[in-house]
Amino acid sequence: MNRLAPSRATRWVVGILVGAFFVVPMLSTLLYTLRGGDGFSLVHWAALFDPAQARLYAPVWAGLGNSLLLAVVTVAIVLFLLAPTMVLVHLRFPRLRPGFEFLVLLPISIPAIVLVVGLAPIYQQIGRMLGTGAWTLAFAYGITVLPFAYRAIQASVDAVDIRTLAEAARSLGAGWGAVLLRVIAPNLRSGLLAASLISVAVVLGEFTIASLLNRQVFQTALVVVKNTDGYAAAVFTLLALAFAFVLLIVIGLAGRARTGKAAS
Amino acid sequence: MTTALRVPAGVERTAPPRRGVRSWAWIGLTPFLAYVLLFLALPTVLALASGLFTRDGAFTLDNLAALGDPVILGTFWNSTWLSLLTAVVGAVVGALSCYALLGLPETGAVRTAVDAAAGVFAQFGGVMLAFAFIATIGLQGVVTRLLAGAGIDIFADGPWIYELPGLILPYVFFQVPLMVITFMPALTALRPQWAEANLTLGGTRASFWARVGIPVLAPSFLACALLLFANAFSSYATAAALASQGSQIVPLQIRTALTSETVLGRENLAGALALGMIVVVGVVMALYSLIERRAARWRG
Repeated sequence: MNRLAPSRATRWVVGILVGAFFVVPMLSTLLYTLRGGDGFSLVHWAALFDPAQARLYAPVWAGLGNSLLLAVVTVAIVLFLLAPTMVLVHLRFPRLRPGFEFLVLLPISIPAIVLVVGLAPIYQQIGRMLGTGAWTLAFAYGITVLPFAYRAIQASVDAVDIRTLAEAARSLGAGWGAVLLRVIAPNLRSGLLAASLISVAVVLGEFTIASLLNRQVFQTALVVVKNTDGYAAAVFTLLALAFAFVLLIVIGLAGRARTGKAAS
Repeated sequence: MTTALRVPAGVERTAPPRRGVRSWAWIGLTPFLAYVLLFLALPTVLALASGLFTRDGAFTLDNLAALGDPVILGTFWNSTWLSLLTAVVGAVVGALSCYALLGLPETGAVRTAVDAAAGVFAQFGGVMLAFAFIATIGLQGVVTRLLAGAGIDIFADGPWIYELPGLILPYVFFQVPLMVITFMPALTALRPQWAEANLTLGGTRASFWARVGIPVLAPSFLACALLLFANAFSSYATAAALASQGSQIVPLQIRTALTSETVLGRENLAGALALGMIVVVGVVMALYSLIERRAARWRG
């Protein structure tokens, strides 16, 4: 028994008070979406699938499509650029680790709103070279997810002795490609999964960069729809928050299954 | 003779072949470095530099002088007190929440749900939190109507939800979870043995917190509060969704500067604002990591 733990009464009082602060807005949003006529109705939920109103919600579906595409490309950046570099630093350049860590955690200290001021001219250039496809925004998103993805992957790297695994595989004749793909990656799978899911959550929730670069993503579309139909915006808000919640629950459970105890 | 002996020894020490692999290994770092250089370092430098140059490329301190403009100073002041207020409230409420969670099994249902919810609200809310609060205490919000039914008009003094005061509640809503995420590790690292030692020596629960617990946790608490301040100061999405017009805080002022050609008769004001912002956030984050490093010492 942990002697530091609060008494049952304290736990409940704090839990109820703080819990209420978080439950009330969420519950209110739900009740808000159920308004209709005199009492409760599902009319605002049903409207999302009403072909007659499809045009009204088209921006949201288009934005969601763009966001999902961006999520895929961002996850690719995390898995095929960040993760191999982390393994390389761990195996071959352990002395560079503090500097590397400083670098990847830097986006925490640089507000997205500052980054976007400098990204604007860069994206003008990218627009000329690669076109203005939605996916190009993933380059910027890869930076914003760096700290989250790094922490998730590093927890796995620290929990598994990949140096010994790599040496064993090498001495059995595996090439570096096989070592990375068939030995190291499977052992880091919980970290890679967590990093991917958290990247998806970040990309689906990102607004600042997309909005100021005039890109259509899920969040900017929500703002557009909010101006014509506040109820629809509330419905999508609840769905998106619930989706992110499930993603994070999965991350929590996945991390536990692999390492036994949460590597914080 | 000696060289002949040395060479095989060297080969043995570095198990994979030496020369070729070493150069290959360095090359392996370059794609990531190039990426970070292009999409993190370059935009940051461009943002800061744009505040120091005119559109024609001549160096000028004129844009920086804009930071002394009363309007701009006003927005920096608004950002500062909003961040300070929500950081203090968020830190206190968040720390209390951590205390209430202390002793619950880390793999239990409560901790799992709270951790996930805290992550969602602290990191991915943004625009959606603004919508939730509009649905709650907006002009047609559920709670607004409920209170109106009871004869209380929360907007008797005007629609403050779309102004600066309207940001306080949504900001606290994402500050508290961030505090829970960042402060929980420090609190769980407190050793129950210290409480036992305190009890054995005749102390009480209250004396433990007053003499041991709070002094030990104070640096972590301060560090987390600084992180919360920086978080609120740089937050844009929630404010942008709530206050679709106006530029009450610095991030919104940057929006105005980016979307209109000249603000206050100046070009490149966005760069100057970004510079001012990064100075504030940079100083706060440097203090944070300094204190956090000290605070982490006893955890081991």
